Amino acid sequence: MRCRSPMRVDLILANWTLFAAGVWMTLQLTLLALLIGFCIALPAGLARARRQRFWSPLLQGYVYLFRGTPLLVQTYLIYYGLSQFAFVRESWAWLVLRDPWWCALIAFSLNSGAYATEIIRGAVETTPKGEAEAAMALGLSPRQRDFLVLIPSALRRALPQYGNEVVFMLHGSAVASVITLQDILGVGRTLNARFYLAYEGILTAALLYMAITFVLVGLFRMLERRYLRHMRPRSA
Amino acid sequence: MENLIRYVPLLLNGVLVTVALALISLLFATLFGALGAAGRISRRPLASGAVLLYTTLVRGIPDLVLLLLVYFGGQRLLNNLASFLGLGPVSLSPFWAGVVAIAFIYGAYLTETFRGAYQTIPHGQVEAAQALGLRGFALHWNVTIPQLIRFALPGYANVWQVLVKSTAVVSVIGLEDLVGIANEAGKTAREPFIFYMAVLAVYLFITWISTTLFEAMERRYAVPLAHAR
Repeated sequence: MRCRSPMRVDLILANWTLFAAGVWMTLQLTLLALLIGFCIALPAGLARARRQRFWSPLLQGYVYLFRGTPLLVQTYLIYYGLSQFAFVRESWAWLVLRDPWWCALIAFSLNSGAYATEIIRGAVETTPKGEAEAAMALGLSPRQRDFLVLIPSALRRALPQYGNEVVFMLHGSAVASVITLQDILGVGRTLNARFYLAYEGILTAALLYMAITFVLVGLFRMLERRYLRHMRPRSA
Repeated sequence: MENLIRYVPLLLNGVLVTVALALISLLFATLFGALGAAGRISRRPLASGAVLLYTTLVRGIPDLVLLLLVYFGGQRLLNNLASFLGLGPVSLSPFWAGVVAIAFIYGAYLTETFRGAYQTIPHGQVEAAQALGLRGFALHWNVTIPQLIRFALPGYANVWQVLVKSTAVVSVIGLEDLVGIANEAGKTAREPFIFYMAVLAVYLFITWISTTLFEAMERRYAVPLAHAR
């Protein structure tokens, strides 16, 4: 019995194109989910912050459901769960819902939307009243006040928390591998299974995720330096 | 629906596994977090550097990836260790692989929580305690730790809520937790949607109970001076 096997780096390098495709799929899923989630969260967060009579309680339920349960189960519910119903299988939606990629994207988008709604709600609620008053004093219409003053101001202050959400979504996207998708982790697991490896494939996946995480963290630090400059402690 | 009711005893077993996994992981994560915070606060550059490396690494890796690494890689490591020591085969169960991975991840988050809480304690309090002759264990047990609990509780509650949801991924390596059992039962009963909805309901229930408990604890550890008249 061979006791201490060396790392099979050669197999990883020989299959680097698979990993490149995996990185592409992970980035695609993560970024699209973030984008769709943001489109849900901006109106939803505003409605929540303003205690909109009809939408606010509904959105609260949505946020509670998606933030209070595991992303893995949400993904299962959409991919495996919906196929239970004959009317789903017979409708046009089945073209989308039988495809794991679309199911993952739907689950991730709804999940990210819920977290981002809460972030934007918090940022809008903590906007100093003076900013709204200043906008009114300048004679801006309510719409102009929202789009030129309040939303940009809230989004800037939401930046640090949103950066965390971006990393959270990147890591959450590894769930895609469980519903057969060949994202970074999916490729790692396939490689492990094909060559009977113990950890090389997954270790490579871990390193790739780590690298992408650090790039994203660095990117957000840059954005914060730029957009939160006015909030940095001033030296006398 | 009748199928779901038929499977209730089995699903309750799954809930027990999920809760046990979460609680045992939290216990070890707290231990890692306490050690990590102690290392990070200490003035030894080697210790604080090692902890910084640990927290940075963990924050870069998804929970599912670390879990698979621990489960498959850890098994190989255990095999090598056992054959080196001349022991028979040792196997790593999905449950304990889950505990190791989850405790390792959330230990890193708790390190930051505890460190932040410790730094909130005004240094004058430590000096006052020293002036009263308290040292070492007595100082920490009577002065810093009670306050540390107060300051750390909100962050701790947060980590717990995230940790509970994280346990779901352990079903991927075959643990018969709530998710694992609902997976199988839903397939057998051909009603996966209903079974997953039940799983979501259980997680929401756990979240709700934990929120209630942590709020009670936060009241218990709230600033006692606030009530002085």
